[in-house]
Amino acid sequence: MMSSARLEKDYPEDIKSLTTKEKLNKVLTGNTDPCKLLDEVCDLKKSGAEIIIDALLKEGVGVLFGIPGGAVIPIFDVLYDAQIRFILTRHEQGAAHMADGYARATGKVGVCIATSGPGATNLVTGLATANMDSVPVVAITGQVFTTMIGNDAFQEADIVGVTRPITKHNYLVKDVGELPRMMKEAFYIARSGRPGPVLIDVPKDVQTAETEYVYPEEVELRSYKPVYSGHPQQIKRAATAILKAKKPLICTGGGVIISNAADELRKLVNKTNIPVAATLLGLGSFPGTEDIFLGMLGMHGTRTANYAIMESDLIIAIGARFDDRITGRLDEFAPQAKIIHIDIDPSSISKSVRVDIPIVGDAKNVLHELNKIVDVGNYGNWHKRIVKWKKAYPLVYSDDGGLKPQFIIKEIYRLTKGEAIIATEVGQNQMWAAQFYHYKNPRSILSSGGLGTMGYGFPAAIGAQIGCPGKIVFDIAGDGSFQMNIQELATAAINKVPVKVAVLNNGYLGMVRQWQELFYKKRYSYTSLKGNPDFVKVAAAYGAAGILVRKKEEVAPAIKKALSIDGPVIIDFHIDPEENVFPMVPAGAATNKMIGGMA
Amino acid sequence: MKHTISALVENKSGVLARIASLFSARGFNISSLAVGKTDDSTISRMTIVLDADEKILEQVVKQLRKLIDVIKVQDLTGQNFVARELVLIKMDATPARRVEIMQIVSLFRARVVDVSTRSLSVEVTGDEKKIAGMLEVLKEFGIKEVVRTGRIAMARGDKS
Repeated sequence: MMSSARLEKDYPEDIKSLTTKEKLNKVLTGNTDPCKLLDEVCDLKKSGAEIIIDALLKEGVGVLFGIPGGAVIPIFDVLYDAQIRFILTRHEQGAAHMADGYARATGKVGVCIATSGPGATNLVTGLATANMDSVPVVAITGQVFTTMIGNDAFQEADIVGVTRPITKHNYLVKDVGELPRMMKEAFYIARSGRPGPVLIDVPKDVQTAETEYVYPEEVELRSYKPVYSGHPQQIKRAATAILKAKKPLICTGGGVIISNAADELRKLVNKTNIPVAATLLGLGSFPGTEDIFLGMLGMHGTRTANYAIMESDLIIAIGARFDDRITGRLDEFAPQAKIIHIDIDPSSISKSVRVDIPIVGDAKNVLHELNKIVDVGNYGNWHKRIVKWKKAYPLVYSDDGGLKPQFIIKEIYRLTKGEAIIATEVGQNQMWAAQFYHYKNPRSILSSGGLGTMGYGFPAAIGAQIGCPGKIVFDIAGDGSFQMNIQELATAAINKVPVKVAVLNNGYLGMVRQWQELFYKKRYSYTSLKGNPDFVKVAAAYGAAGILVRKKEEVAPAIKKALSIDGPVIIDFHIDPEENVFPMVPAGAATNKMIGGMA
Repeated sequence: MKHTISALVENKSGVLARIASLFSARGFNISSLAVGKTDDSTISRMTIVLDADEKILEQVVKQLRKLIDVIKVQDLTGQNFVARELVLIKMDATPARRVEIMQIVSLFRARVVDVSTRSLSVEVTGDEKKIAGMLEVLKEFGIKEVVRTGRIAMARGDKS
């Protein structure tokens, strides 16, 4: 049989990148030598491991995050020669979060790989995080031999069973013949409709088994057909409601970013002059620098945004799911408001709040249609009321005491000109990052909104930086969260990923401590992180740069220095240990019953 | 209120587990669940009966539809539909009481499927009321065991 090397010589173009159909066409039309055709057809036989790598290439995957292990060695053996960048993480959770951060920052599917058993279960937190925030991630896991499944084999875990409730869909590949279709479907399902993580569990013998391989060009799923265009009648009803409203408010969510609908949203606002508030995941879908933007909604949102939503007579929620951190006490939420809800996921509609005008569809399509017919109503008094609130209740903090985290975020904003990608951990650091950085562009804040995963930010920042090499990427971290995936410093250092980590170090699990201070009589039960390492030394140990900052005047020089270093940098900011996040809606209260944060 | 949901699903391994875990993850309690192949062997029909208010039911139906392997979901409640259940009942039955039991069996148009010296097994098909009625009457004689298939249902008329 002729070697494939000779074939490539015969066809100087990059034949490997062609689809099988194109290859066959080429052979048939360009040169009908039947020997070559035969060679091409014989070439179709591939092992499961080869199919996986080829499918990744066909899906445009340029980078893969993960750790090898016994049950995925065949895949890694093929990967060794493949044109895919592999990022070896130090923990599989890091790999899952990196794939997630890569996906959120680029809009492409993020891919991670792990071995069976503990490798696979280590992905779980990352997949659950991606699932809650609708992030397209494909996870490939190794599994024990099909003949051993269910026998409690070494490193066996029923990962399909474990991840069923925390993935959009998952597969156990029992026959190599099913693998091409499942790979194709996995990517399609992950990125279409309301995106989400998909896991493919591949037993080791399926990786080595061979089959005639043709990568499917189309997906045929009779049971899965996401609806992209909104119902015209519903869109008309929405336009009418907008015209009639006196106090309308747009609530923009992560769905606007996912569907790349920021331009359409901008047009809607330009046309109607309706004020905009955002959920945490919606930050960046509308420029945070505009006067008509009221800030973030919810538990640590601005007073203006929360007062506005409670007084509004028409809420236009776009790609937002009325999470309990947004609504506060549900039975008192927005009592006078009619609600228009645009969402691609029908199960999000009327899940927590009753919706008057549901529009199931993709935000970009629906807004495009709505913009054609929408007209501005009379909102003059409403604007006046909002201007009054904005003036009375800006986000403030006191400069008394130690170094203030809010000041640090503002300095990072100033020195990155608001153009950085900000990943956050979870807790106080996350809320300060949401409040004091003004997000101008979509995909500029990466934060675990739904699951609230501490340890998300740092690996997500690494994934984002790999996906967007030209951007400045900052992880706003707490000393608690950062230590949950601190081992990825090795990954960042060895791959020269120049992420900057701003550790807002207060020596506490700060958000819990804040609740203990406010609602549990200052009984700080196990929230002190006494025994934290010296983060500057930790950085040095991993081959990264570290900068210690204790005083206000050291902040700007430290950030500037970090930005000038072409590699990972940790800035250890020793902040006022008892600084709190304000304003705040106490748990179970209506969202206009905010405490703190008054000038 | 009791609702009868009829779902067409892919006939693949793991689909039942997916649906069961959807219910358990959201704390919805299933009263009965019946599964079987349809005329198309790649598709199974699931008939699910659950006790839930309208809000929960709406979520159940939407969440079911969201599953990739679920093809079609219908809430039959409120529509005109036929519902049946098959029940096997094992009775304490000494020869002296057999005749009496068999009279009841024929009254309910049920059938005897097994007899031994001390027991009698009966098969009965019907809607919920009929089954409940028969079990109530048979209770007097001493029921040893009851096995139920769970409800299966179909819309009346041309609609499928």
